[in-house]
Amino acid sequence: MKTGNFQLDQSYAPIYEALETFRKMRVVPFDVPGHKRGRGNPELTAFLGQQCVGVDVNSMKPLDNLCHPVSVIQKAEKLAADAFGAAHAFLMVGGTTSSVQSMVLTACKRGEEIILPRNVHKSVINALVLCGAIPVYVNPEVDQRLGISLGMQREQVAKAIAEHPNAVAVLVNNPTYYGICSDLRAIVKMAHDAGMRCLVDEAHGTHFYFGNGLPVSAMAAGADMAAVSMHKSGGSLTQSSLLLVGPNIHAGYVRQIINLTQTTSGSYLLMSSLDISRRNLALRGRNVFHQVADMAEYARQEINAVGGYYAFGRELMNGNSVFDFDTTKLSVHTLDIGLAGIEVYDILRDEYDIQIEFGDIGNILAYLSMGDRAQELERLVSALAEIRRRYQKDGSGLLSQEYIEPEVVTSPQEAFYAEKISLPLEQSEGRVCSEFVMCYPPGIPILAPGERITAEILEHIQYAKEKGCSMTGPEDPEIKQLNVLV
Amino acid sequence: MEMWFSEFHTPDVKHSIRVNRHLYSKQSDYQRIDIFETPEFGRVLTLDGNVMLTERDEFIYDEMITHVPMAVHPGIKDILVIGAGDGGVVRELTRYDRVERIDLVEMDPQVVEACRTYLPSNACRMDDRRVHIYFENALKFIRRCEESYDLIIVDSTDPFGPSEGLFTREFYGNCYNALRKDGIMVNQQGSPFYAEDANAMQRSHMRIVSTFPISKVYQAHIPTYAAGYWLFGFASKKYHPVDDLNSEAWNALNLHTRYYTTRLHVGAFWLPAFLEEMLQEVEGK
Repeated sequence: MKTGNFQLDQSYAPIYEALETFRKMRVVPFDVPGHKRGRGNPELTAFLGQQCVGVDVNSMKPLDNLCHPVSVIQKAEKLAADAFGAAHAFLMVGGTTSSVQSMVLTACKRGEEIILPRNVHKSVINALVLCGAIPVYVNPEVDQRLGISLGMQREQVAKAIAEHPNAVAVLVNNPTYYGICSDLRAIVKMAHDAGMRCLVDEAHGTHFYFGNGLPVSAMAAGADMAAVSMHKSGGSLTQSSLLLVGPNIHAGYVRQIINLTQTTSGSYLLMSSLDISRRNLALRGRNVFHQVADMAEYARQEINAVGGYYAFGRELMNGNSVFDFDTTKLSVHTLDIGLAGIEVYDILRDEYDIQIEFGDIGNILAYLSMGDRAQELERLVSALAEIRRRYQKDGSGLLSQEYIEPEVVTSPQEAFYAEKISLPLEQSEGRVCSEFVMCYPPGIPILAPGERITAEILEHIQYAKEKGCSMTGPEDPEIKQLNVLV
Repeated sequence: MEMWFSEFHTPDVKHSIRVNRHLYSKQSDYQRIDIFETPEFGRVLTLDGNVMLTERDEFIYDEMITHVPMAVHPGIKDILVIGAGDGGVVRELTRYDRVERIDLVEMDPQVVEACRTYLPSNACRMDDRRVHIYFENALKFIRRCEESYDLIIVDSTDPFGPSEGLFTREFYGNCYNALRKDGIMVNQQGSPFYAEDANAMQRSHMRIVSTFPISKVYQAHIPTYAAGYWLFGFASKKYHPVDDLNSEAWNALNLHTRYYTTRLHVGAFWLPAFLEEMLQEVEGK
């Protein structure tokens, strides 16, 4: 059966099929894992189920090896590459963090420059700590009303390329956590014209490969590499991910880079989930994401009808910093009912048993996916209506989230490994920070290693803490102290 | 030939009813609907394999969920009924001349159609001119209502299926908002006996208590429901279910009932010790 626009028959799932065959063979295990199909750990088996622990097995000839795929994993990767329109696809088991890191480590070496927007995920800057590359930040435009960072403007990218002609790569979020896309095709062209690679963080964009009316995907736009969170909109298990590469990247080198940090005991639970999910997306993805987009659109209308809230959508598009909008995302601006996003997030969980993806200073994001149903959406909308009725107040005292332009003093790697001292937050102004500070989620750094600590940044950290944001990054879990360079 | 319908009340307890004929079976957009003809209970409606009503004992449920609030609040004219697609609740409510409007919001049109055909003794008043049927999600319907009703009756299925949204704080809050200043909400509150049911009952009671100033629980004996022991919630902005009971006025209406009496009304609010404890446990939270 040939399906859709694919070259290969996407109805196969080679890893899943090999595991089914393997199960029937009743092979006696004198290898790892030591739980031996769960027999040795009955409590775990009772909790996860025999079906699950029975396929938690080790690499072996009939099941291939993730470090050097030659049979069923290789076939699964070829099917994935075909499904996503890539030259090569790598199954990843260390989360999309591992995909992002492999992408950056492939493209950059110590001392080389990489152009990227400031609202990147921390995994990107972590990769810079590992490899020693220097970040060149493009200031994303900020929507003043919503207080969120948008995409990169074409002119800003062109300026960064002109000022840093020796940079080796441009990294793009496609889309941001809020569903906002830059003009990816134009940025790919600018990067290539300047002899740079274009890397794309598609942690929130798996579905772009399978949707009608959704923003363009990295591979379709001609980008060189893309990190794709299959476990988010793709439906696979948490921690499974894909790394896609285009035709101008040497796949063998990427494999070597991946093997620097990836486990040699890749989980077959994760790999089979990637395989089955890729098949599902290829066969049914278009229909599935059409439904998700419809649900999100319905929810936007209903939430906006409640009043006070602003569930934003395609009207934000401006041809440049919001070149496109992912309509499956459901983000809601809450400041006009007098509550910070994080407060609405907490009330939804504590009082309504509704867990959403995150709340930041001004907005909440509810993650919609193939697993959602109309009745749960009604609960979310009704709960928001109730929160407004019960808690609405004057919101004029609330801060919105301003973009704070970072001053990069040293490379993230130098700052991370340099000699440092711990100072109380309020005494750290003017010093160079050696660690991250961020709200998680969304995991976008307020401070990254090597950046100057300013009064504005300290005020932002203090405010986010007061509002109950979950802050992570520094050694001191309470974020009363910061490590700074000596 | 032996044919039995069985329902698990817990994974370890099964309730079985002998079946003569399987009259109806259909998978709707929301649930599987079946109607059986049985020697002991007459016709039996099940949704996803759970007994919703039997011809033999439905009167207990339908009388207790309607006459209790009707005997307390003398001014009930506009009523919202949620669920109850079989028509039993509507049948009881249409017996009151003072009722002017009954809006029935049922998610599943297939339930109404099946009951009209196979359970005419329940569905017999669905065409009363005061009854307006809306096939909609109840949460969506009620979000748009403000101080519109004197009484809301929530006749949902159990809290683990498609009706889960009707046991939530957001729903109870929306009900509060949809009721007039002296309005009452009555809901089926499940059974306090088996652990999982009891837990769900406590959770929904806690949510109602935090939403309404007056929130009481009353009981009835319903043979075909889990443990044969069922609860209803009485949540109210003004009227107390016992102190404000007007027995004389209700008895003067001369409505013939088979389970409900104004004497039983008072007794139904006197709860066994273990249940009082369970309710107190969550009322403090």
